[in-house]
Amino acid sequence: MTDTETVLKGLMLRGLAGDAAAHARLLGALAGHLRAYFARRGAEADAEDLVQETLLAIHLKRDTYDTGQPFTPWAYAVAHYKLLDHYRRKGVRRAVPLEDAGVLLASENPEEGAVRRDLDRLLGELPPRQRALLEDVKLTGHSIEEAARRQGFTPGAAKVAIHRSLQKLAGKVRS
Amino acid sequence: MKTQELVALLAEDTRPTRAPAFGPLLLGAALAGAVVSAVVLAAWLGFRPLLPAMHSPHFWMKAGYTTLLAAAALLAGVRLARPGGRIGAALLLGGVTVAWLAMMAGHETMRASPGAMPKLWFGDSWNLCPFRILALAAPIFAVVIWVMRRMAPTRPALAGAAAGLLAGAVGATVYGLYCEETTAAFVLVWYSLGMAACAGLGAAVGSRLLRW
Repeated sequence: MTDTETVLKGLMLRGLAGDAAAHARLLGALAGHLRAYFARRGAEADAEDLVQETLLAIHLKRDTYDTGQPFTPWAYAVAHYKLLDHYRRKGVRRAVPLEDAGVLLASENPEEGAVRRDLDRLLGELPPRQRALLEDVKLTGHSIEEAARRQGFTPGAAKVAIHRSLQKLAGKVRS
Repeated sequence: MKTQELVALLAEDTRPTRAPAFGPLLLGAALAGAVVSAVVLAAWLGFRPLLPAMHSPHFWMKAGYTTLLAAAALLAGVRLARPGGRIGAALLLGGVTVAWLAMMAGHETMRASPGAMPKLWFGDSWNLCPFRILALAAPIFAVVIWVMRRMAPTRPALAGAAAGLLAGAVGATVYGLYCEETTAAFVLVWYSLGMAACAGLGAAVGSRLLRW
């Protein structure tokens, strides 16, 4: 666990500095741990949706990570919160005790499960230009600069539009 | 959308990110709210004569109590605004502050004659004080909770309680600019009751408004 903590924290710090590849590796590694964690805590059927929701939250709220602190407790607190919130929204009364943050790293499952709530469908609810931009980046693997040119955004405006779209997406995921 | 695709999409949104200074942000919010409260107080009840009051240790005892509790609530709020934040230090500061005033109140009680007890514990305004603190805390709470909404509290009710206590303690400090009660016993009971009510309401509001 200590090793994983060191690796994840290193990736997080590089991601916060703007290193997209490190950020992608971090989120990819976390996905495996989150999937196993949610499944173990009784949310098997919704595990993949919860993974996606938590990754979105971790991404959008990553500025709340205090770089002087260990990374795992921060990520665990987000995951624990998302699990509680999930049960609350479903109207399920279920105790989810706060455990030692290490449980998040206890196991991992790299196999993606099926999603119930498809983010692509939620993307469809975004304004057309934002959706086109996001899909261009996602589907075709275009960089933001390239997608921006194709969709008639300046690169700066495209970055802002993508960030806002992700925030909207996170809001829709919760409703 | 597959999770892998989501990860790739999120990675495209990677920009250098620096942590916002939560302490100064929340403090600024509380102070901005305090200015509004002070204006409300001036228009509503007015200030007591402040220069003579400042020569009295009672004035500073009261201001010290509410300010220290505000500091404890601010510390708790800063910690709770981040996932995984711990509030042990804030609880300790709050606990020591209450214990300090309780000792002063005990000292007063032991020295007072039996006939002076009602005045000591109830003053002249016990039935108004908690409500006035609640009223003065409202604008502060509005600003603080608005700022806290942009953070990421993973314990929304607790974070709301911290926001409520911060608003209540700052509101109580503002109220001290009017209130002429001077005993530690009065402050210990009625000021604390007003601030606790703020914390309770804050918890209820926070558990709804602070979700993300």
